[in-house]
Amino acid sequence: MAEGLEVRLRQAAPIPLDLSFACAPGEVLGVVGPSGAGKTTLLRALAGLYRVGSGRISVGREVWFDGDHGVNLPSHRRRVGLVFQEHALFPHLTALQNVALALGHRPAAERRDAAAGLLARVHLEGLERRKPAELSGGQRQRVAIARALARDPAVLLLDEPFSAVDRRTRTRLHAEIAALRQGLSIPMLLVSHDIEEVARLADRILVLEGGAVVAEGAPEAVLALPHARALLLGDEAA
Amino acid sequence: MDWEAFRVSLKLAGWTAAVLLPLGVVLARTLAFRRFPGKGLVEAAVAAPLVLPPTVLGFYLLTALGGNSALGQAWTRAFGHPLAFSFEGLLAASLIFNLPFAVQPMQRAFEALPPDVRQAAWVSGLSPWRTFWRVELPLAWPGVLSGLALTFAHTMGEFGVVLMVGGSIPGETRTLALSIYDRVQAFDTAAAGAMSAALLAFSVAAIAVVHGLSARVGRRHG
Repeated sequence: MAEGLEVRLRQAAPIPLDLSFACAPGEVLGVVGPSGAGKTTLLRALAGLYRVGSGRISVGREVWFDGDHGVNLPSHRRRVGLVFQEHALFPHLTALQNVALALGHRPAAERRDAAAGLLARVHLEGLERRKPAELSGGQRQRVAIARALARDPAVLLLDEPFSAVDRRTRTRLHAEIAALRQGLSIPMLLVSHDIEEVARLADRILVLEGGAVVAEGAPEAVLALPHARALLLGDEAA
Repeated sequence: MDWEAFRVSLKLAGWTAAVLLPLGVVLARTLAFRRFPGKGLVEAAVAAPLVLPPTVLGFYLLTALGGNSALGQAWTRAFGHPLAFSFEGLLAASLIFNLPFAVQPMQRAFEALPPDVRQAAWVSGLSPWRTFWRVELPLAWPGVLSGLALTFAHTMGEFGVVLMVGGSIPGETRTLALSIYDRVQAFDTAAAGAMSAALLAFSVAAIAVVHGLSARVGRRHG
């Protein structure tokens, strides 16, 4: 039942994009590149939050976007889990309700237990009734991860998910993501400006520059390329 | 105290708020989230009653609703009585002159919603309709209530437009504000004083509600 993600996107303006790649089930694909390279635009296009001029996005046999045939599923009809940079939790709902709201595809009677189970999976037992304002940065991001997993996504997208937390929390979250991915057989995309983070978590790296893929491969192989090194480490130093 | 006028004012304020609740929310949300040609013009039109002298607004409304207008004639044919100088005509005018009081606080509340929270709802599988009910409206609710409180208090006290369009018919279009004016003209300061105190209390209560709700919004998003 495992389904791979296939992406081909092309447009000249307003944000230039010209890329194609695939991501296998269970694979974590790191997307890196300098600011303005098109990383976030790519994730938004996959989630249906941004419409690209032309191209195709498919997961298995399900087509989410096809510019030539006028197919463009809205976000709520794409089985996608997206973890936002700033968690984007619903501030008026508790942690449990945040997760339960994304369980709309499950029978109402099951949602509460399923949400509690997902929160337990990200080690938030006992904090179910807290609202986002009463949680730490790391805890909020875990709720966001639980919410993204709640809708049984066909693709999981992580948009700089650890940039808003301190270094210690980030290291802990890295370990949890690494553990979590073992149980997930869906394509996962991790966008980050932190090359160390991506090298640690991703199976493969996609280096973007000006909306195009300039390097692709295993982390160590990509980091051995002089152009990719200059682009990524230069960006980090900036 | 002119209880009949008080009842007319309450009825007018209640109906105005009730009609402007759905209308204001739809208009405010559209202005907050959509971009379309002529949006600036619509916003200006919504804000116009804030700066137009009430008598000027009343004059144009009277012209638009009166027996010589197409709307006025169609109304008379359909309901057997003219729209101007009736409660329905007064309500129509009240809806227009209250638009900015209802729409602007609601619009600010919708604009204050972080875009990624709405997007998070969509990618969580919520349709735009469910996103509205489960995420947008609960978060914008204090602004919506503020708009309603302002509308209610403003309608209770409006004078110029009400006089021009309604004509101060007892039990039909004579509101509390018009009754106060009548009582002052008749040197009945005791009655005018009692009714003025009632309106003052209403206005202060409305402002207290608005401030209380804005503070709540501040805490939630702060």
